[in-house]
Parts: sequence; structure tokens; C-alpha cells
Amino acid sequence: MSPRPLRLRKVSNPPVISGFKPYGVKNNNGNAEAVFLHFEEYEALRLCDYELLNHHQASLITEVSRPTLTRIYARARQKLAEAFVMGKQIIIEGGKIYFDNRWFVCNTCGCYFNNPDKQEEVTGCPLCGSKSFSGINDVIYESEESAPRYSALCICPECGYEQDHHSGKSCKAEICPGCGHYMIRKDPVPIKTSTKKEKHESSDHQHGK
Amino acid sequence: MRVAITSTGNSLVSNLDQRFGRCTYFIIYDTESKETEYIPNPNKDVQEGAGPASVQLLASHDVKKIISGEFGIKIKSLLESLKIQMIILKESEKTIREIINMLNQ
Repeated sequence: MSPRPLRLRKVSNPPVISGFKPYGVKNNNGNAEAVFLHFEEYEALRLCDYELLNHHQASLITEVSRPTLTRIYARARQKLAEAFVMGKQIIIEGGKIYFDNRWFVCNTCGCYFNNPDKQEEVTGCPLCGSKSFSGINDVIYESEESAPRYSALCICPECGYEQDHHSGKSCKAEICPGCGHYMIRKDPVPIKTSTKKEKHESSDHQHGK
Repeated sequence: MRVAITSTGNSLVSNLDQRFGRCTYFIIYDTESKETEYIPNPNKDVQEGAGPASVQLLASHDVKKIISGEFGIKIKSLLESLKIQMIILKESEKTIREIINMLNQ
């Protein structure tokens, strides 16, 4: 059986350079070799180390799972380290990716559109000319910033007592002050589905207008 | 500027086709001369590769924007490299005339 095909990774923008070359090489024999850094690895580095997002936030932007993003990121650092230590040049190319040049949603007619020319700013909806539109990436990003990853509540299965979850501390280690039972997490809701719901609700709302 | 709209028929009262590669008709509207042109889609019943073939057809007509209900993953990167703007409209009840009126606003 062939393995499951790779999911396409979303890359916001192509890098401004196509690679790096070492200079001042001490022994001149390992010069021809190069490390091929894939676009998705560049993007993972950019999101995690430049934009300082955590792996979960970065995985939402690149549209892969969190473990996959962590693997891509680990590979990127491994390749960079190899290039630094061995004095190899870095060439950024390849990888299973597609470039996302930001999508927008019009608040008047509810259509989605992209901006094919990155040099020009979007001034209005291309369909109805309305000035009221918002970037789709921004919406997801903002809700990601404000909302925690899971609904952070611990609940007692015996008496139903709820309390705020302390991040980093297991709910099962907490003891209900009412009945002394061990607590559990209240319905964990991954943020991914909740943002999708928000999006649908907002688009329905626009249709209603 | 020339705008392509995917349509279920060859008149102004036809609805927007929600598919791109396998839509029935392409309607090309010129925003300057206000002319419309109807092109029956030759890739309607193709098994595979209808999207890229349709992109090629529209690119040969010098289209700058495409209005449709959906664009597949193969086409998005292709249209981006051709610098053709994609507009996704999820309202399938909209007629071509209404869309053209919106463009003229």
C-alpha cells in the first residue's frame, strides 16, 4: 500500500532570498555541497522563530497538524545546523507547498477574493467595490491570540463543581473542594473547530443582512 | 478589463455555476466596452484535468478576474502565477445579470 499523500503546506510568502553562501571558508574542499532547505521548513522557521508563534498557532497558518509542523521545524533546524557546522551553503527550494497570497472576505456581498498582485494594496471589493472587507488570515489569527487552546475549565464528575484550569497542571491532580473527588477536564474543545464555527456564523450573518 | 464568470447557461438570467473547471458556460464580460461573450466549456465532461485546461482557455482570452463558486487546489497556484484574481461567491442563486450589475457599481 502506498503511503498517504502529503498534505499541501501553506506558505504565506516566498522568501526574499533564494539561499545563503558561507564566506571565509577555512579548508576549501567542502564548498560544492549544499543543504536544500524546503519552503515549508523556511516557513516553519519564520513563524516559530521570527514571528515567535507557538507550534500550534504556526500549524494553523500552514494548515498542517501540530505534530507535523513540529517535525518540519525540527528538520529545518537540523538542516541549518548542518549547514553552519559543515560550512555548506543553503539553498531554499522544493517541498510540497503552495503560496497563499492573502485572501479577503467582503462584508457587503460576502464574496471571497485574493490579491494576485502583491505590490498593490487592496482598495475595495473587486465585485461590488465596497470598502468594507477583512483579511481571512487576520480573523483566524486574532481569535487564536485571544482564545486559549482548550476551554480551560476543570469539572468534578461527582458534584459538578467547576473551576478554572491551571495551565500546565493536570486536572486529575486537582481535588474537588466540595466532595474530595478527583477533577476532570470539562469537554475539551479544540480551537480549530471553534474558529471554523465562528467563520460560518459570521458568513451566515452577512447573508442575513 | 475582462472578467470571466462561470455560468450554468448561455443567457444573462442563468445562475452562477458553483464549479469552475466543469461549469457549463464561461461568460466573459468586458468592463470597458460592456460586451459579453459566451464560451461553452469544452472540458465539461473531462475525467481529469478540467481545471488547468479551463484556466488555459480563459488565459488565452486575456481574463484578469474569475468569478466562481469554488477553485480547486491545482488551479489556485496556477492562477496566482498568472496573476488572475479569484473571486469566490457562494450564492448559487445569483444570476449573471446581478453579478454584472455588481461589477458596474
